[in-house]
This record gives sequence, C-alpha cells and structure tokens, in this order.
Amino acid sequence: MVGSQHQAQPEASMIDQDAPIIRIEALHKWYGECHVLRGIDLDVGRGERIVICGPSGSGKSTLIRCLNRLEEHQQGRIVVDGTELTNNIRHIDAVRREIGMVFQHFNLFPHLTVLENCVLAPIRVRRQPLAEAQATARTLLERVRIADFADRYPSQLSGGQQQRVAIARALAMKPKVMLFDEPTSALDPEMVNEVLEVMIGLARDGMTMLVVTHEMGFAKSVADRVLFMDQGEIIERAAPTDFFTHPQSERTKLFLSQILNHTIGP
Amino acid sequence: MTERPVALPPSRPRGPDAGALGWLRANLFNSWGNTLLTVLILWGLAVILPPLVRWGFLDSVMSGDAAACRAADGACWAFIHEKLLFILFGTYPHDQLWRPGLVVLVFIVLLTVSCDRRLWRHWLAPLWLVGLGGMGVLMAGGVLGLPAVEDSLWGGLPLTLGLATVGLVVAFPISILLALGRRSTLPLVRGLSVAWIELIRGVPLISLLFMASVMLPLFLPTGVTIDKLLRAQVAFILFASAYLAEVIRGGLQAIPKGQGEAADALGLGYWQKMVAIILPQALSLVIPPLVNTFIGLFKDTSLVLVIGLFDLLRTAKSSLSDPFWHGFYREAYVFIGIIYFSFCFFFARYSRWLEANIKHSQKPL
Repeated sequence: MVGSQHQAQPEASMIDQDAPIIRIEALHKWYGECHVLRGIDLDVGRGERIVICGPSGSGKSTLIRCLNRLEEHQQGRIVVDGTELTNNIRHIDAVRREIGMVFQHFNLFPHLTVLENCVLAPIRVRRQPLAEAQATARTLLERVRIADFADRYPSQLSGGQQQRVAIARALAMKPKVMLFDEPTSALDPEMVNEVLEVMIGLARDGMTMLVVTHEMGFAKSVADRVLFMDQGEIIERAAPTDFFTHPQSERTKLFLSQILNHTIGP
Repeated sequence: MTERPVALPPSRPRGPDAGALGWLRANLFNSWGNTLLTVLILWGLAVILPPLVRWGFLDSVMSGDAAACRAADGACWAFIHEKLLFILFGTYPHDQLWRPGLVVLVFIVLLTVSCDRRLWRHWLAPLWLVGLGGMGVLMAGGVLGLPAVEDSLWGGLPLTLGLATVGLVVAFPISILLALGRRSTLPLVRGLSVAWIELIRGVPLISLLFMASVMLPLFLPTGVTIDKLLRAQVAFILFASAYLAEVIRGGLQAIPKGQGEAADALGLGYWQKMVAIILPQALSLVIPPLVNTFIGLFKDTSLVLVIGLFDLLRTAKSSLSDPFWHGFYREAYVFIGIIYFSFCFFFARYSRWLEANIKHSQKPL
C-alpha cells in the first residue's frame, strides 16, 4: 500500500536526496512450499536507522538478506539507490558494492590477516591502490578500536573482536547502507557491549542501518523506527518510544513481554 | 575423625626414570599385549634383516662382470653400474646423454626451489612453464645447434618425470574448473563436468592409454598422425584431471557457506570470490588427499609401458634382456623401486611439512 503511489517512478531518474535509499514493494519469497515473506512494503530513508525484531522464523533475516540478493525474491520489487534488484548480475554487483553486511557468525576470511580482510574488496572491487586501501582500513580499525591486531589472523581474536573487524571490513567499501544480521547473537555476553558501542557510534555518524537484533537497549537508544515481524509480515512499525510503551498488536505485546522479561531475568 | 589417608600413595613415575631401560619398559613392555607384540616384531626383524643385509651388502658384487656376479650369492650391483645410463635415460643417443641428465638436474632444482613458501610468487608458475618448455627443447633439440632427437628415443627418468609433471601441471587447473563446474548452478556446465569426471573415472588408466594409442588414430583423417608420447600425455592429463577434480570438490564442500556469502556481500565477482576466498581455503584443506593423488598418479605413469613408451619401468625391464646380463631382475626392480620411493617419500614429507606450516600461520598465538 505504501509503495503503490510510487510505482510510476522511472528507474533511470536522477537520484533524489529525499527519496528513500531502499524501497521494497509487495515483496514475496518462498522457500519451496514455505511462504517466508508475505507482502513486505518498506521505505528506508537516507540516514535512517531501523531495528527489525521478531520471533525466530519470522523472516527478518531473510528480509535483509534479500536486500543484497543473498536470497532471491520471487515477487515484488526491491530498489536500492535507484537500482532495481533483478537477475541482472550487473545490478546485483552494483547494489552489493553500496550495501555492507555484518553476519551473525562474522564470516571473516580465516586465511587472511585482519588488515587483508579489510583491504581485499576495496582493492579487487573498487580498484583502490593498495596503499590507499590500507590507510583506509587502518583508520577504520582504529575506529573499531582494534588497530593493534591488524596483522593477526581472525582465529587469534575473540568473538567480539572478530565482529568489530567484520564491521570495519564492511565499512572499508564505503557503503551507503549497512545491514546487521543478528550481530551480537553469537557472542559471549561480556562481548556484546563492545560491538554495540561500535554500532551506536556508526549510527551517530549518520549511517543508514538495518539491524536485525533482540538488543532492545540498542533499539531504544539509536533506532528511528522499530519493526516487528511475525510469520513473514511486518506486524508493527513505530518509533521506539511508542513501540515499547504502546505496542498495538497482541503478538507484539506477547513478544515484548517475553523478550524483556528474559532480558531482565530473575 | 576422618578415616581418609592424608597423602595419596605415590603414583607410578611416568618419566624416563631409569634411562634406556625405563624407556623400554614404558614404551615397549608396558603391558602383556605390547610385550607380545614387541617380541613378535623383534623375531620378525631377526628373520628378515640378516639375509637382506647379506644379499644387499655383505655378499653383493659392486663392480665386475656377469661371471663375477654369478659366482657370488649376493646382489649384483655391478649390473646396475653397467646399465645405469640405459635405465635412467633409455635409448637416448649416447653422445647426447648430458641433455637428459641436465633436464633431470634442472627439474630437481626447480622442485626444490618451489618448496619454499616464501618463493611462492607470481613468477613461480611462469618459471615452471618456461622450465618445462626449456626441458622439452633440450630433449627434442633441432635448435641452437643441438641435434634433433625424436621423442620415440626418449626414455627413463626424464620421460617419467616429464609425463608426471606436465600431466599434473596441466591437469591441476583443469581439475579446478571441473570441480567448480560440478558445483555450478548452470545445468549445462554441471552436466558436462559430471559427465567428464564420471566417464574418465569409470575406466582404468590402462584402457584410456590403449584408446589414445589404438583408437584415436582411427578417428583421425588419414595422413594425420599425433605423436605417441603426446597421445599418452593427453590420456594421462584426462585421467589425472578427473581424479584431482573430485579431491578438490571435497575441499570446496568443506568451506562454510558463510565464506561465500561474505564475499558476495562485499561485491566480489564469482571468479574473485573463488580465487581469493574459496580456493585458497579449500586447497589447503585437501593437501593430504591431493598429495596422495599426486603420488598415485606419479606411479601410474609406469603404465605407459603397455603402449610401448620407454619410461623408467620399461627401461629397467629392457635392460634385463641383455644376453650377457641375464637374470638380474631383483637388482633392476629394487633400483627403480628406490628411485620411485625417493620421489614419493619426498612428496609425502613435504606435504606434511607444508600442512603444518600453513596451519601454524593461522593458529592462535
């Protein structure tokens, strides 16, 4: 519904700074028989920070994995910064260059050092000279406070350190959007904060972010909007204050009571 | 009022408490089963070793003629001494033997240089191609004032090393493409790769060699002939590529999906992803089975004798047909056995070192 009034927009139009950087219209996805995304409409503004939460299997990871075509969608449209995601491999590569992604399990390249992890894509994809890419990477590693480990291998780092490297690696491509797929779920509790702090810093610097997470503290402090997904649909979308104090749907209320109780704990 | 003893009884000392005797007790006689095994093995060695040493060293004839050999009980190393050049270099013209000799030398130098990981640079592959090309020219001659030597006269160690090395160097990239092809999402590419691998893997090397030497000429227009050595080489490459492809596919399958996704998400193209991320990890995972296959293929080159090429095994066999030196087959086979073993043992040791070396560089400090 949200997207219907924009459907006439020509694809090759000049990119308007006020236009959403990501536009998702009537998105459907099936895994075989299983209908995992059921009509998602979402516009993401430039610099907007969106937190997506919901029970497991609700389709939230699948949704953000569709945005850089790690998953293929079967129906609907995804337009990222003026480029529509289709089977056209050029479009896919163009979109992937502009979108950084941070994974639950870090997915650092174990045969490369921290620095090599961060310069690989800028050199090979952006064709940056080695020295320039290394300088950028070192600045970013400084920013995620891990510069001292530039020459170590990923296996020599803790989970929290690895995830910070993964953030630096994604930022090295100077993306316009950052996707985070449960970035703290695989971490030991004492390491969650060091990663969240980096993400909060990134949000304060104006990065457009879509974050799938159950860290409600993070959502409260930086999100512009919180989306609640269940069974492949966006059930609720609201500013964090409204989302946490006045959830509209019963499913959201149930989910929040479970997750907040769990967070506070006995 | 505790009943518990204050100190535990001293446990049995585990260290080398009494020098060699303690070591023997701890390692060879520490249980009834092991004692029995130790005794059995010692008995076996006592039965086998003395006659072997007597045959190979004490009673052997190092130099002399066939008559001296026949008079002695031991091995006739004089035979090897006499036939050494023929076994190593086959029917290559006698006055040009420095050429195959130099080829083997250059080969061993190249191999040694390539073992140092610090020298794994971009120039190493071109160096090998230039080296192999140079060796081919040196063997064939016809240029630079070298008399031409037809390849039907080539034989012995250079032939074996050449078949194996050229075969593996050419088959390796093909096998990588086949392994990737078999995992491709494109049905045509996948189908062709599967067909290639399964067809070639499904027949013995010996039948491929026969096909290459007997059947292939039937399909060629009259007057066109392909060199016999080249045909054997092509058959060997086909065979090697199918086997190596399956080993490499095993490595590819062991790489977590997240690695490919991370590369995709960074915008790397398919080949960039494979070359920079997936293959380096997959190949270093499969070093042991890869070297296993290399060793097997190296020894399989000896099958070319069935189509009349003079590889190391064939030259050794032929050297036995000299009427003056009849019947010294044990010596001939032990000798080439040692040559094959030295190369294979070197590969095996090197692969173990390489594996440890690569692992070491990624281990936690």
